[in-house]
Amino acid sequence: MVCESWKAKLDTYLDGELPEQEMRTFDAHVRGCPSCSADALVRVQMKRAIQCAGRRFVPTTDSRRRIERSITPKPQRSFRLGWMVATAAAVILVVGATTSTYIGTRSGRDKALRDHVYSEIADLHVATLASSSPVDVISTDRHTVKPWFQGKIPFAFNLPELQNSEFSLLGGRMTYLDQTPGAHLIYDVRKHHISVFVFQERSLSLSLKLPASLDENSLSPKQLPFNMETWSQGGLRYFVIGDTSAADIDSLAKLFKAAS
Amino acid sequence: MPSGSFEQLAMPHFERLYNFACWLTHDRQEAEDLVQETYVKALKGFSSFQPGTNFRAWIYKILRNAFLTSRTGLKATATVQLDLVGKEETLPAVKETPESILLQRSDGQLVQQALEQLPVAYREVLLLCEVEEMSYQEISATLAIPMGTVMSRLSRARKALRNGLRPQSQKG
Repeated sequence: MVCESWKAKLDTYLDGELPEQEMRTFDAHVRGCPSCSADALVRVQMKRAIQCAGRRFVPTTDSRRRIERSITPKPQRSFRLGWMVATAAAVILVVGATTSTYIGTRSGRDKALRDHVYSEIADLHVATLASSSPVDVISTDRHTVKPWFQGKIPFAFNLPELQNSEFSLLGGRMTYLDQTPGAHLIYDVRKHHISVFVFQERSLSLSLKLPASLDENSLSPKQLPFNMETWSQGGLRYFVIGDTSAADIDSLAKLFKAAS
Repeated sequence: MPSGSFEQLAMPHFERLYNFACWLTHDRQEAEDLVQETYVKALKGFSSFQPGTNFRAWIYKILRNAFLTSRTGLKATATVQLDLVGKEETLPAVKETPESILLQRSDGQLVQQALEQLPVAYREVLLLCEVEEMSYQEISATLAIPMGTVMSRLSRARKALRNGLRPQSQKG
């Protein structure tokens, strides 16, 4: 009875996750309390049972080899001529390089990365809409959709009030962009669906090394049949994409900007 | 750039990743594909890995994210989230000790079955804690959830496992 408060922390104690001082106090208590020590013993045995049961599947040697092959770098061309050509090319590049070509290369790389991000976002948008259940939380109420993301993504964001606008919220789901978790919201405007993606700018920048110029060209590249807008606000990166007009995309983006 | 080659850092985790993938997918072939996808993605994104941070949590996170976006993962999580709602209140208290019944029988298969029956969100957090022996902080980084959520989810997972180990007649 008196041990209820100890027992509530027993698992955390056995996981070794209590602060050092508390661990020592707990040690002393468990040693002197038959009820808690019996409970601790059962839980330790349970932990061991899970550990044994959990280490169950062993890969084949073949599968290990396959993985190793897939991550081993391709052998480099090591013959002398190759070196000579490479060295000559490097010298020419160093001598011939100017500030303008450097900037040109960098902007080319940034453009390629920006296009890559746009393509990924467009893929997520299309794949979701093609799914038989595009949203995991189905609601037109932002006060239902927003709390659904609690505990699922490591950040919070605001959803705009849609009264007096043409947009309606259909729901949301979790999504990932380059291993970064985020929120995916789907809106409807005149039977067109628009996706809004929200990610943590910091995590996204780290994984994708996003260029600073991502905001400069807010509309999508010409090869994508979608209009898209992206911006960063309050540490979050937003993407709005859909096959509706650029004006619609911009209107929904403005509502989000005002709500954030 | 991270110190050490990708292979040196990543291959020691291979067996454990495969085991974890099997528990997530319930299918060896799918698990193998998932691990392969994980390694390819990790190699591709290796330049974004920050030296000094936890490589194990990083590669497990990649595997888990790859699983979540797979067909099996999407199916599993779609049902899990509903299962989790309000589950805590319906689980019996810990006063009975099905563990002792289990341990007397020394039947590891029962634990395996009970683990298999858990929703994926409970199964993964238990495996990361007990089998992979990750700290709460590592689990938090792997699952991209706050530490408080790690603790509450672990607690619920343990209760759900105890409930799963109870003989049918005692389930409530």
